[in-house]
Amino acid sequence: MNSAPLLSITIWLPALGSLAVLASPRENIVALRSVSLGVSLLALATALGAAFLFDPARAGFQLVESVAWVPSWGISYTISVDGISLWLVLLTAFLTPVALVASWGTIERQERAFHALVLLLASGLFGVFTAQDMLLFYIFFEFTLIPTALLIGIWGGAERRSAAIKFFAYTFSGSVFLLLGIIGLYLLHGQSTGVYTFDTATILASLQLGTLRLDAGAERLLFGLFFIGFAVKAPIWPFHTWMTTAHAEAPSSGVVDVIGLLIKIGAYGLIRYNVQLFPATAAWAAPAVGVLAVIGILYAAWIAYQQTDMKRLLAYASVSHLGLIVLGVFALNAQGIAGAVAHMINSALTTGALFLVVGMLAARRGSRELKAFGGLWKVTPWLGSLTLLLALGSIGLPGLNGFVSEFTVLQGSWRSPGLGWRYTLPAILGVVLAAVYLLHMYRTAFMGDTPPELAQAPDVRPRELVLLVILAAPVVVFGLYPNLLFGPMQQSVTQIAQGTLPFLASR
Amino acid sequence: MTEIVIPPIDWRVATQLSIIFGWASVLLVIALFVPRSRTRIVGYLAIAGAIVAAAAGIPLWGVNAETFSGMLRLDAYSLTLNWLFLAATVITIVLSLDYLPRQGIERSEYYVLVLFATGGMMLLAQGADLIILFLGLELLSIVLYVLTSFAYPRNASEEAGMKYLLIGAFAGGFVVFGIALLYGATGSMNLRAIGETLAQQALTLEERTYLLAGAALVVVGFGYKVAMAPFHMWAPDVYEGAPTPIAGLLSVGSKAAGFAALLRFLLEALAGEWQIWAPVLAALAIATLAVGNIGALTQRNVKRMLAYSSIGHAGYILFGVIAAGAPGGIAGQRGVESVLLYLIAYTFTNFGAFGVLIALEHRGEAAWDMSDLAGLWRRRPWLAVAMAICMLSLAGVPPTAGFWGKFYVFTAAWLAGMGWITVIGVVIAAIAAFYYLRIVAQMFMAEPAREAPLPMDRALRVGLALATLGVLVLGFIPTPAIDLVQRVVLGVRG
Repeated sequence: MNSAPLLSITIWLPALGSLAVLASPRENIVALRSVSLGVSLLALATALGAAFLFDPARAGFQLVESVAWVPSWGISYTISVDGISLWLVLLTAFLTPVALVASWGTIERQERAFHALVLLLASGLFGVFTAQDMLLFYIFFEFTLIPTALLIGIWGGAERRSAAIKFFAYTFSGSVFLLLGIIGLYLLHGQSTGVYTFDTATILASLQLGTLRLDAGAERLLFGLFFIGFAVKAPIWPFHTWMTTAHAEAPSSGVVDVIGLLIKIGAYGLIRYNVQLFPATAAWAAPAVGVLAVIGILYAAWIAYQQTDMKRLLAYASVSHLGLIVLGVFALNAQGIAGAVAHMINSALTTGALFLVVGMLAARRGSRELKAFGGLWKVTPWLGSLTLLLALGSIGLPGLNGFVSEFTVLQGSWRSPGLGWRYTLPAILGVVLAAVYLLHMYRTAFMGDTPPELAQAPDVRPRELVLLVILAAPVVVFGLYPNLLFGPMQQSVTQIAQGTLPFLASR
Repeated sequence: MTEIVIPPIDWRVATQLSIIFGWASVLLVIALFVPRSRTRIVGYLAIAGAIVAAAAGIPLWGVNAETFSGMLRLDAYSLTLNWLFLAATVITIVLSLDYLPRQGIERSEYYVLVLFATGGMMLLAQGADLIILFLGLELLSIVLYVLTSFAYPRNASEEAGMKYLLIGAFAGGFVVFGIALLYGATGSMNLRAIGETLAQQALTLEERTYLLAGAALVVVGFGYKVAMAPFHMWAPDVYEGAPTPIAGLLSVGSKAAGFAALLRFLLEALAGEWQIWAPVLAALAIATLAVGNIGALTQRNVKRMLAYSSIGHAGYILFGVIAAGAPGGIAGQRGVESVLLYLIAYTFTNFGAFGVLIALEHRGEAAWDMSDLAGLWRRRPWLAVAMAICMLSLAGVPPTAGFWGKFYVFTAAWLAGMGWITVIGVVIAAIAAFYYLRIVAQMFMAEPAREAPLPMDRALRVGLALATLGVLVLGFIPTPAIDLVQRVVLGVRG
């Protein structure tokens, strides 16, 4: 059907670009930057091409490319997208050039390696979202750890080494359980159907047709193994501590936060594997996971309010958002899941943009402490108004993107038989708290008296303006026309939600 | 008087062995005529010998034969392992070409001894008789005692040699005594004959007790060789003292040879007793994993850390050994494959890691402390990248060779119905990742503490590049290696 393997090109182009960057001369920064930016824009173009070929009216996977990789084991290089992964591919493709441009002038040393690692990371992320073979997925999933850990560890703040090690140790420990779950599912599938394969679609079909029947104990065990992996990666409270440290120590310009930490691989895995493969257990576990999610929302929001370091504040905000996403996923209905996916995208866009703003502020003041700032509105009106727009988007002001997804998630959780209003009400409180901490940050930084150090602070530079405008555009567009966001994923989400329907109804 | 009939000898079986032993003996003489300043030539000749022997194996693929009254066997299993040993030999010698003159210990015998060690390993892989296994074990051990103490200007090296000798003598004693008991119980030294006797269930209770006791002693003996807990105590000291390329050979070749013999012994002679040895080995595997990885966690000395980590990896290979014995079905076959694949992956990875250590060592000066690696990325980026790839492979992070090894071993153990040891193995793998990563962090995220190391010799570069590329190629394209090991059938199924 499709002649050009667009998805493969999207995956491997950045990896090749990363080699090209490494091969280019160290001194020629301009060439370096143009090569990496060019490559990331090309990847964006191919991702858009894939989106163009994608038919939103059809459920299931499209643009399938499949090559046997280790045939004797049933491992294949199978990649494709459905409505959910397509959005996440687009998000990654969109944020990669943004992150690269944001790094210009903020990375003092070893810029070449930095660009190479960002591109490598993008490749890994594209792979995670398109892989439809469990082992291939796992390989990409694990691979993203390496560049992220190095980006934090080499270019991060004072405690960067321990943050990088913590990041790696936490997520690697979680994902070995994921590997065990994958092996277990593979073997159980092979033993009962005689077909040894890691192909997600085949296994899903066997589960749905009943050729692979798991008893409740085995299914819960497998669900648990997958869940540990994704919950740590997501991260769901109480596994979130690596995340806040990583955000706090990541380079202060916010580049790594945007590309490395805010793209929600873990939550994606929960939808793709836990909910889709094990709907019965997901329905069984939903109340418990919902509790974790709600605790996460409230706890992280509260801690965020206490922070004096703006990056830490945003880090906790991001954990709080994740609670909401997980709540949406485990609502297990179409609204909940669609809202969760939309919130993954919105949260990455707005929080990512705010991380970049913090980076810009830190560059002007040499500090990220809230109390070092004040009255910036008067000095830098442009920066002030753009930040306000982004903050309001993140808070969920109607008419902006955050509102759309938050509302859908809350609606989904309220209507879900597994969760209900007992979960929704505290989550709403969390949304209110989000307004409290973000407006608190905004007021402290931009209102009041200007400290003398900031009196001469320059307003947005052209590069910064372009970045913020590019990021603010979808905030407004998705807010005003949410169908653009929900339309393409509708079929896929409905399909997943239908899988869980019989198990929710029986409650 | 009856005429003594010499049974016909199938020389195909002994081709590779003959080449290695023959060439080693010839080299010993050639070495006399090579001037001291050009000792390197002997190294090149030894490499050539190993390559010829490896090439001679290619037409032998598919042969399944035995000779010398069933004492020596050639099958896909031993051929695969022979290639692995020869690869290890080539890498060892390549790494030594630079290391020896730098340390001022270059002597032509060194290269010849490495070839003899290779011969010993091949005997262990091909031996189908307890006597041959013992012969191979002793040959390998004696050569390695000498090689371990080859860095004689350092006291630690001599000490390591002595230590290894003492422990090795014990291990040898265990094996001999075990063989005696096995012979007493079954009246045979041939592995298959023992297995058949066992299968007929004709043994009295007393004989069976002797058999199990003998088997236990043999396992202990090989347990020393592969550094399985609780017989691992020698490993850290010996690795630290030995010349670094020899430490690599010890951790890879000698370990692989030990496993080769252990696996053949367990599968051909003792397959019927799996119910008994599997739980015992499982417990030992867990102990090995725990001792190795926890030991490694506390080390600041990278060479010792690698020694402990190599103990830990023996634990994972034991998973495969246990699975290999599982009766019936796909589990046993996967077990054999997993052992081989793990050994292949581990060979490249560990040589890469030891190669980096070699590159860091100056004459007479050890550079094994963690702090010596600090900021290596800034001083020698390629060296740091090579080390990082090896560390990630040892930790089992995809896409490296080590990942496939772990994946294979875990799958095999799960298939064999040993799900619980996989869970423990996975947890320990997560802990182990921490100390491997600490090295990566040290290289990439710390400020340089020392001046740049000496520029590398071309041979060393080639050796390192070979090992690191091997890790990556196996990681990205594991199919050829998996296809290779899947052709290997061992034991009663064979």
